[in-house]
Amino acid sequence: MKLFFHLGRYTKLMGKVFSRPGKASIFFKQILKEIDSLGINSLGIVIIIAFFMGVVITLQTAYNIENPFIPLYLIGLGTRDSMILEFSSTICGLILAGKVGSSIASEIGTMRVTEQIDALEVMGINSANHLILPKIIAAVFINPFLTIISIFIGIFGGWLAGVLSGAVSSENYIYGVQYAFEPFYVTYSLIKTLFFAFIITSVSSYEGFYCTGGALEVGKASTKAVVYSSLMILLFNVILTQLLLTH
Amino acid sequence: MIEVKNISKQFEDGYKVLDDINIVFETGKTNLVIGQSGSGKTVLLKTLVGLHEVNEGSINFDDRNFTSMNFTERKLVRQEFGMVFQGGALFDSLSVIQNVMFPLQMFSHLTHSEKLDRANFCLKRVDLINKNHLSPSEISGGMKKRVAIARAIALNPKYLFCDEPNSGLDPITSILIDNLIKEITEEYQITTIVNTHDMNSVMEIGDKVIYIYKGRKWWEGNKTQIFDTNNKELNEFIFASELTKMIKHKRG
Repeated sequence: MKLFFHLGRYTKLMGKVFSRPGKASIFFKQILKEIDSLGINSLGIVIIIAFFMGVVITLQTAYNIENPFIPLYLIGLGTRDSMILEFSSTICGLILAGKVGSSIASEIGTMRVTEQIDALEVMGINSANHLILPKIIAAVFINPFLTIISIFIGIFGGWLAGVLSGAVSSENYIYGVQYAFEPFYVTYSLIKTLFFAFIITSVSSYEGFYCTGGALEVGKASTKAVVYSSLMILLFNVILTQLLLTH
Repeated sequence: MIEVKNISKQFEDGYKVLDDINIVFETGKTNLVIGQSGSGKTVLLKTLVGLHEVNEGSINFDDRNFTSMNFTERKLVRQEFGMVFQGGALFDSLSVIQNVMFPLQMFSHLTHSEKLDRANFCLKRVDLINKNHLSPSEISGGMKKRVAIARAIALNPKYLFCDEPNSGLDPITSILIDNLIKEITEEYQITTIVNTHDMNSVMEIGDKVIYIYKGRKWWEGNKTQIFDTNNKELNEFIFASELTKMIKHKRG
C-alpha cells in the first residue's frame, strides 16, 4: 500500500513540476546554474571512474584471453562495447545517483525543514516547479555529454593500460575499437542516460521535497534518495535493455 | 482586513488542532495571536496563508474568500502577502540583498537598478546597512529576522504575517523587531498578524490580542484589557513569570 501512496504522491509532484515556469529569465538562469552544479561539477568524478573502468576492463579481458586463436584486437572491441553498452551509462548513472542524488535531496530537504519552501509558496511561487524543473532539465541536457566523455575516457584508459602493460599493441587495440562498430549502441546508451538523469533528479527531489523534521530526517532523505534512485536505475536498465536490444 | 469564520483544522491522524475559530484581524493594527507552544498558533497562521487547508469554515481577505479559490486565484492573492518565518527562512544560496530582491525579481516589472534601489530602501527601513553581500549564515539571528522583514515588505504587502518574530532574540533586539513591525503596520496601513508567546511583545505592540487555548479562541482584547481579565487559563499563561506577577501586583 505504501508503494502506491508514494507512487501517487510522486505523480502528483511531477504534475506540479511540469507546469508553466514563473519568469523565463530567472528560469533559464537557474537551468544554467544547475548545469554547472549537477553536470560540470560531476565531470571530475566521471572522468576518474571512466578511466579506471576502461583500465580494468582491458586488463581483465587480456587476462581471460588464453586461447592463442582469439585475436588480441578483441580487447579493444570488448572495452569499447562494455563502456558504451553498460559502464558509461549505468555505472556512471549509479555514481551520479550517489553524488548528485544525495546533494539534491539534502538541498531540497534542508529548504523544507527550514521553511524556505513554505516561504516560496507564501510568495505565490510554485515551489516544486521553481526548484525541481531546472534540475531535471539540466541533468537531462548535460548527462548525455558526460556519458559521451566517459566513453572516450574509458576507451583511452583501456588503450593506455593495454599498451603500458604489454597486453595488447596500440595498433591491435585501435583496430579492435574500430572493428564492427554498431552506432545504435551509442543511441541505446544515450537513451538510457536520459532516463537515468530523469530518475536521479526526480526521485531525489521527491525525497527532499516531502522531508519532515530536522537534520536527522534530511540525512535519511538523502540516503533514501540514493537507494531508491539506484534501484530505479537498475530496474529501468533491465526494462530499456529488453525494449531496445532484443529483436 | 482578514476575517476568519468558523475554521477548523484536523490532521490526518485525527488530531483536531483548530476548533471553530472566529477572528477579525483589523487593518492598520498589530494583531497578536498568543498561546502556549502547541496551542495551534502556527497552524492557524499557516492556514491563513494557505499552507494548510481548512476542514471547515472560510478565510476572507477584504471580502475575497481565500478558501474557495483555485491555485491560480490564490497565487494572485499571495502576492499581497509578506511573511516572516520563525527561523527567517532566508534562501541560503542567496546573499542578503538577493534575498530581498527575490520577490521583486519574481513579480515586479522594475528594471534591475529600480529593484536594487527598492531592496536597499527596504534594508535601510529595517536598519540594516552594509550587509548586502553577506550570506544568511554570516549574519546574526536578529539580522536574519530584519532581512526577513525587509523581504516581506519588498512588494508592499497588504497583509503581513509574522511567526514568532522575536523567538531566540535578546530583549533589546526583540523590542527593536516588535517596534519595527508596529511602525511598518501603521506606516503602510497593512493588516499584521504576529504569533508570539512573548509577553513583552503583548505589552509593546498588542493593538489586538487573541489568546488561543487548545486550538480554540479563548479570549480577545487588547494590551490594557489583558491584565484585568478573569479568564483563568489566560491568567495562568500571562502570569507564569515572576516579572508579570510583579507588574500585576504594582497595577493593583
